[in-house]
Amino acid sequence: MKKWTVHIVCFAFLILASCSDDENQVQGYEPTPLPLDIPPLFEQNIIAPVIPSGNPQTVEGVALGKKLFFDKILSGDETQACATCHAPQNAFSDNTPFSEGIDGNLGTRNSMPLFNLAWNYNERFAWDGKELSLERQAQEPVQNPIEMHSNWDDVIDKLSNHSEYPELFRKAFNTTTITKELTTRAIAQFERTLISSNSKFDKFSLGQATLTPEEQNGLDVFMDEERGDCFHCHGNPNNPLWTDNIFHNNGLDATFTDLGLGGVSGDPSDNGKFKSPSIRNLAFTAPYMHDGRFSTLEEVINHYSEGLQDSPTIDPLMKKVEQGGVQLTDQDKADLKAFLLTLSDSSFLTNPDFTN
Amino acid sequence: MKKMLALLLVVSISFVSCGEDNDDNIKTSAKTSFEFTHNWDGAPVSNADFENTEYTNANGEVLTISRLRYLISDVTFTKANGEEIVIDGHNLVDVTNNNGLIYNIDTNIPTGAYTNVSFTFGFDNEDNAGNYTDLNSESFNVPDMLGGGYHYMQFDGKFMDTSSTEQGFNYHSIRAVDSPGMNPTFPQDTFFTVDLGAISITNDATIEVKTNLAEWFKNPNTWDLNTLNQMLMPNSSAQIMMHDNGKNGVFGLGTITQ
Ligand code: HEC
Ligand code: HEC
Repeated sequence: MKKWTVHIVCFAFLILASCSDDENQVQGYEPTPLPLDIPPLFEQNIIAPVIPSGNPQTVEGVALGKKLFFDKILSGDETQACATCHAPQNAFSDNTPFSEGIDGNLGTRNSMPLFNLAWNYNERFAWDGKELSLERQAQEPVQNPIEMHSNWDDVIDKLSNHSEYPELFRKAFNTTTITKELTTRAIAQFERTLISSNSKFDKFSLGQATLTPEEQNGLDVFMDEERGDCFHCHGNPNNPLWTDNIFHNNGLDATFTDLGLGGVSGDPSDNGKFKSPSIRNLAFTAPYMHDGRFSTLEEVINHYSEGLQDSPTIDPLMKKVEQGGVQLTDQDKADLKAFLLTLSDSSFLTNPDFTN
Repeated sequence: MKKMLALLLVVSISFVSCGEDNDDNIKTSAKTSFEFTHNWDGAPVSNADFENTEYTNANGEVLTISRLRYLISDVTFTKANGEEIVIDGHNLVDVTNNNGLIYNIDTNIPTGAYTNVSFTFGFDNEDNAGNYTDLNSESFNVPDMLGGGYHYMQFDGKFMDTSSTEQGFNYHSIRAVDSPGMNPTFPQDTFFTVDLGAISITNDATIEVKTNLAEWFKNPNTWDLNTLNQMLMPNSSAQIMMHDNGKNGVFGLGTITQ
C-alpha cells in the first residue's frame, strides 16, 4: 500500500515535470525562507509588518534585490542605481533638495529615506501616496524619464544576457526567465529588510540608555499639546515607527505648486497634503520636507513655531495659525531638536547587510 | 469581569455538550455584531461628508469634520437575573477610513431576552493601563505626562470663529487629568457606559448603534468652540464636559436585524 502511494506520487511528479512549460525550472528547489528580523520594540508594540503573500522573503530573493538596488544596470546609460538617490549614508535618501536623473534633469521632490517600509500598513508610498505597494513602486523610477530613464524591455534584456543575473534569479525564484515582476519583487524584498531600530531613544525605551534633561524636555515638548504637539502625526514612544503614514497639510504654503495627495485623489480638499515622514534618522536625511525646502532642523522647528501658512486644507491640528504657530521658547526649540536627534540610528548606515 | 467570561465558557460548553439541536429551528446561541452609524441631528454622516459638509452646532458655530475615530470596549449583555456576559475586548470605530464601523463579537451569545446591552465609551481605567498593538499602530496613545493610556476619541475639524476666520478644533476625549508630569492626578472618570436598553436575541443579530455627533456639543453643556477648540487634552474641566455631553444622547439603539 505504502509503495503504491510512493509510485503514484512519483508518477504524478513525472507528469507534472514533463508538462511544465517552463524548462528553466528545477523541480524540488525552494529558496530559503528569511523571515524579517523584527526588533523587540516593534514586536511588543505594533502589529506585524505587511509581507505580500505572493512575495515571501527569502535569502536568495533579498540578496538579488540588494544587488539590483545598487546596480546601475537598471538605468538607461548605466550611470545611476536606486542607491544613487537612496544612499545608505543618508539613511537611503540623498542630501540635495531634488535629485538629478541620468540626463541631468531635476525632479520636483526630495528623495525619501527608506526604512521600516514593511510597517507602512496602508502601503501608500511616495510623498503623495501614488504608489500602492513596494513592488509596484520599484517599476516607476526605472522608466521615469527624469530619473533612471530606461525601459523595462531593455533592462530585462540586459539582465537576461548578464553573466550572473540568470543564475541569481534561478536561485531566488526558481526560474531563469527574468521579468519586470520578478525584478521588482526582489527589490521589494531587500527594501523590507531595511529596518532601523537602534537609536539612542530605542535604547532608552529598552531601559539601556538615559536621556539628558534637555532631551527629556524635548520629548515633553513633542508630546505636549500646548507646545509642540508633534505626536498626533509623528507618533509617540509606544509606536516605534514615529509616523502615522497619513497625509496632512502641515502649513508650509498658502498656495500650492505641488498638489500632493490632491493631485492623486483629484479631491481639492486633499490639496497640499503630503505623507508625514518618520522623524527617525533626521541627522542623516537633510534637507527636509517634500521639496527639501529646509536645510536644518532649526528651520523645521521655526516653521512649526512661527512660520505656519494658512490655507483651506491646513490640518486642524495646527495651532495659532494666524500667529504663525505656538511660539516655542528658544530653550524648548533647542531641546526639541536634541530629542529629535536621539532617534537617529548610525548603526543603520553601516549595517553590512544594507551596504554594497 | 474575568469571572463573567468563565461563566460564559461554562454556558457555552454546556450548550456544546448538548450536541446539535434536535430542532433545527431553535438557535441556542447567536453571532452578534454592532454597526455604528453616524448622524448630525438625524442627517446621515459618513466620511464622504468630511471636509465639505457644513454643520451648525447648538451654540451656532458652523463647522466641518476632518477626522473622527473613537474607541468602545467591554460590550456587555445583561440578563433579568443580573447575570452578565462581558466581552473583554475593544473596537476602534474609524469613520475617516471606514474601518471598524462593524464590530463582530467573537464569542457567540446565548439566545434569549436581555434586559440591557451596553458598552464602554473609551476604556475603563483597568483596560486603559494595558498595551494594545492595534491601538499603538494607530498612534492612539495619550502622552505619559497626561497619565498614558489611550485616547477615547479624536474628533478633528474646523469652524468659523467669531471673527469669521476658519480655525481648527481637536475635540479629543481622554481620561481627565490634572497636574500633568511625573505624578498626574485624576479628578474623575471620563469613560462612561452606554446603555442600549433591552434586546431580545433570537438569531444572529446586527445591532445598530446610532451616534448623533451634534450631541457632543449640546447637552448639558452648550459647547462654545470659540473658547474650547484646541489643547483640550490637558484641560480636565473640558474633559469632564465632554464626558457629560457624551453620556447624554450621543449614542442610541437603532435597528436590530436578526
Ligand atoms: C533620481 C533619483 C531617484 C532614483 C534613481 C530612485 N529614486 Fe526612489 N525616490 C526618489 C524620490 C524623489 C522619491 C519621492 C517621489 C515622490 O514623492 O513623487 C522617491 C521615493 C521612493 C520610495 C517611496 C518611499 C516611501 O516611504 O514612500 C521608494 C520605496 C523608492 N523611492 C524606491 C526606489 C527604488 C527601488 C529605486 C530603484 C529602482 C529608486 N527609488 C530610484 C528619488 C529616486
Ligand atoms: C498635522 C500633522 C503634523 C504635525 C502636528 C506635525 N507634523 Fe511634522 N510633518 C508633517 C507632514 C505632513 C510633513 C511633510 C510635509 C511636506 O513635506 O509637505 C512633516 C514633516 C516634518 C519633518 C521633515 C522630515 C523629513 O524627512 O523631511 C520634520 C523634522 C517634522 N515634520 C517634525 C515635526 C515636529 C518637531 C513637530 C511638532 C513641533 C511636527 N512635525 C508636527 C505632519 C505633521
